Parts: sequence; C-alpha cells; structure tokens
Amino acid sequence: MNSADLAYSVAPRRWWRSLGLPLGILSLAALLAMGFSLSVGSASLSLMDVWAVLRGEGDALAQTLVLELRVPRTLAAFATGGLLAVAGALMQVLLRNPLADPYVLGLSGGASVGALVAMLAGMGGMVISGSAFAGALTSTLLVFGLAHGTGSWTPSRLLLTGVVVASGWGAVITLMLAISPVGRLPGMLYWLMGDLSYARTPWPPLALLAVVCVLVMPLGRSLNVLARGPLQAAALGVAVRPLEWTIYISASLLTAMAVTTAGSIGFVGLVVPHMLRLVVGNDQRLVLPACALAGGTLLVLADTLARTLIAPEQLPVGVITALLGVPTFLYLLYRSR
Amino acid sequence: MSRLDTQELIIDVPGRASGRALNLCMAPGQRWGVLGPNGAGKTTLLHTLAGLKAPRSGEVHLDGEPLARLNRRRVAQQLGLVFQERQDGFPATVRETALIGRHPYLSPWRMEGGDDLCITHAALARMDVAHLADRLVSTLSGGERQRVAIATVLTQSPTIWLADEPTNHLDLHHQTAVMELLAEQAAAGSAVVMCLHDLNLAARWCDHLLLLYPDGEACWGPCSQMLELSALERLYDQRLATADIDGAPVFVPVR
Repeated sequence: MNSADLAYSVAPRRWWRSLGLPLGILSLAALLAMGFSLSVGSASLSLMDVWAVLRGEGDALAQTLVLELRVPRTLAAFATGGLLAVAGALMQVLLRNPLADPYVLGLSGGASVGALVAMLAGMGGMVISGSAFAGALTSTLLVFGLAHGTGSWTPSRLLLTGVVVASGWGAVITLMLAISPVGRLPGMLYWLMGDLSYARTPWPPLALLAVVCVLVMPLGRSLNVLARGPLQAAALGVAVRPLEWTIYISASLLTAMAVTTAGSIGFVGLVVPHMLRLVVGNDQRLVLPACALAGGTLLVLADTLARTLIAPEQLPVGVITALLGVPTFLYLLYRSR
Repeated sequence: MSRLDTQELIIDVPGRASGRALNLCMAPGQRWGVLGPNGAGKTTLLHTLAGLKAPRSGEVHLDGEPLARLNRRRVAQQLGLVFQERQDGFPATVRETALIGRHPYLSPWRMEGGDDLCITHAALARMDVAHLADRLVSTLSGGERQRVAIATVLTQSPTIWLADEPTNHLDLHHQTAVMELLAEQAAAGSAVVMCLHDLNLAARWCDHLLLLYPDGEACWGPCSQMLELSALERLYDQRLATADIDGAPVFVPVR
C-alpha cells in the first residue's frame, strides 16, 4: 500500500457527506411527495396554487380544501409512516433479527382488538383511538411480561412470545368480525388495513416523531454496538439492559401512536429499514432519521394513491404500501451483495 | 497500568460444586495462561473477570475497586475482551467492526474522527487485515475474522487483555504473530490473561498459569512450577510425553 492509498483510507469521513447528503436527498423527496399529495385529489390544484394557499392567498374553496382537508391528512400520513419505520428499525436492532417489526410482536393485534371493540360498541372517533392505544399498550406489557418470565430474557424468546400473542389477537379479530353486524363490517375492515381518514390532528404523532429522532441520535453509536450482540456491547461499556428497555418501550410507544392515528398499516416497519440499510449501510445514526423521512414519504405517496386511484372511492392504504413496497424491496434485495 | 485481583472468587458454572475459591493477582506485565479441559469454566472465568457475568461468590477488583461497582464505560477503557464466539447480526465491513473499539472513548454526541480512523487502521495493519478493510466481515474466513476481533480489541487499547482462545482458527504464522502481540502488550505494562487449549503455546508464551479442573478444583502459580507432567496429565486425563525444544518444554499426547 503506498502513502496515497494510506492517506485516502484513513481520511475522516466528513459528517455532511456521511449524514447530510442522504438525509438531504430524503428530505427533498419528502417535500416533493407532500407537494404532490397536497395538489392532487378530487379537485386538482397546481403546485403554484398550493404554494399560494400555504402563503395565505388563493380563493376560499382552495383554502378549505388544502388547509382543512389535505394538509392534516398529509402530515398525519407522513408522521405515521415515519413512526412505523423508526419503530421497525429499533425492533430489528433490539432483536438482531431482520424479520422483527412492531406488527410481528403483536402490537397492532392488540390495538386492532381495542379499536374493533370500540367500533362494535358503536363508539366514534376519539374512543376508537383511545381504545386502540390502550390495546397496543396492553399487548406490549403482555408480551414483555411473558417473555421476561422467570428472568431469562432473550431476543428469540421475546420474538416467539410476540408471534404467538399476535396470532392470538388474530383469532380474536376474526371472531369479532364474524359476529359483528354486517353494517359495521366495512369500517372495521378498512381500519384493519389502515385508513388515514380517521386521522384527526397530525400534531401528536409529528411531535412524537421529532422528539424520538432527537433522543435516539446520542444513542446511535450504542445501538451500532448493540447490533453486534449484547456481550460485545457490554464489553465495550454499553449498559445493555437499560438500553434494551429503552428501545422496547420507545418502539412500542411509536407503534401505538401510529396505529392510533391511522389504523393498522403493515409492511412499512419491516421494509423501509431494510431498504435503507441496503442503500445507506448500517450506521443507526443515519438509518433512524432516514427511516423517519423515507417511511413518511412512502406513506404520503401511498395515501395519495389510495384516495385518488378509484376516486371518489378510497382504497385501504395498507394495500398500496404493500403493492409499492414489495417489488422495490425484492429488487433491492436481488441487487444487493 | 491496571491490575486485576480476585478475592475468594467462585465462578458460577451451573450444576457444579463450588470447588476452590480463586485468589489471583494479575499484575501489569504478567502473561497468564488459563488451561483446562472442555467445560472446566475457562470462558465463564474470563467473562466473570470482565464483569459480564456475576460470580457465585467473591469479588473481582480492578485497581483495588470492586468491578461490579465501577462504571461500565470506564471499565471498557481499561479492560478488553477477545470473545471466542461472535455474532454477525447486521452486515458490517471490517473497518466498521474494528472502529467500534473506540466506543468507550467517545461521548454520545461525537462522531468518530480522523484520530479514531488512524488508530483503527493501525490496528488492522498490525493484524495483517488492512487490505480487507472494505470487505464485509461475513465474507471472511474464520482465521481472518479472528484477526479482525483481535484488531477490535487493539483499537480499544486496554491495559488488561482477556483473550478467549486468541489463536482459534489461526495458521501457525498468525498464531505466533498474535502471541507476539500479546507479549508486546505485556512488555508495555498490560496484564494479559488468555484461555488456551494448546499446552505448548502456554509453555512458550505465558509466565503464569491457572489450571482449572472440571470438578472446580484449581491451582495457579508461575509457569516454572505449574508445568509438572503429572499435574497436566491429571488435568486433561491424558498421558503426555515431554521434551525441551527451542528453549521451552513441548508436550505431546501419548497413544
């Protein structure tokens, strides 16, 4: 190796090249997706019209359409997608298992049962959301308590407990669908496949997403070390057990918030982190904020398609995320080393 | 310079009687070899010395302070462990893998800088794996991975080295290179503790030995006193023949 090679190989990575460039590109994509989402719909507006409305100009109809209908829904979609993707990435590091995602661990099952109970009882909006949140947290505590058992707490045991609890919830959901009055079925089915028209205000999920992104940044390098296994991490000075608890609780909270906002949308939490790892590598300090942006972008696009493809009817957004995500993911996996 | 002492230490091997309590004193500059048959508790001892596993009773002291009460990050700046088993988890390059050795030295908000990359590069070059820096660890051979693992601890630059079978998977040349590295660390003032299966490496490269018997019995002392043929035959339950070659005793199992 000559001295030029040596100088190159030990040159420090500039932070703006390792972090700034990918995040910049993803932010731009997120803004474009949101612009697209704000301008298309039952009445199409040009990007200039949307920009005019956002600056406080434009006619009253466009104002109502954009500010009261499309902006909240678009922001809610972005926040939900970001929350799901970050939660998935955290769970995958925690369990060191590429198949882990918040849905596999039974969180959405618990939330769905909570929401369906509220719907069956004929309750509306806020009660459905609150009941879903309670269901998700119940499921979290159930899985964690059972996996903790008599003290030995291993990733495989947590994963297995989650999978079994999730299938239990699945059976309960099927039972509830079977006994519900026909009139309530469409609403319940839409909720189960994800539906952003339930989203009321986008601010709680957006705020949570921002807070979590800031809080996990200083934990990023510890997460990188944890990904090499708990013993290796402990030998390098990481307080493993508190870190694992922090990850599990935050991922559960993110999922609960996402499910409460938009129903149960599968696939985003599993696929977005993997797609990003294939492209940007495994540094959690980059992967986690990138997940927030890319997950949000994917869901904004999916929701835009869901409400426009067969307008005035709407499709469940979960169907679109799967249809968009599956081929992209398979292509990236096929191309990877 | 750090030293590691054990006081009435009994390691926790499930289903085994407590046996003899260990009162060891691993001082700077010493090279300790831990010998024993499979399942004697060599790895458990090493993990207990590193504070990763609680002992059944007794204490481990790092520079006179009980290890269990010390901050893990401070411990990691002084004490490095070469693991026998490693898990890959997510794909990582050789450079990224060795770079995590700098973790205990960096504050949570700091990115790795040029200094850290220089230290990493020097460690990889020392272990003869610098040319693999951009390869994924999962694509390496067993011996190359072992050298990356040792380079990671070299990046961590501890003053106490705990090495669990550091010559695992290595060819003869690299076995010697690793032993030379550990001897160099000891000469520079580190305390080195290594679990070994190869009696001859222990006889040649260690100055103190700890023999762990499967029933929990143990004896320890300077190499010259411990390399008794009858004690070693009882340790491995295997008849041995010995001769002096190149200035050190060599032991060969007898058929």
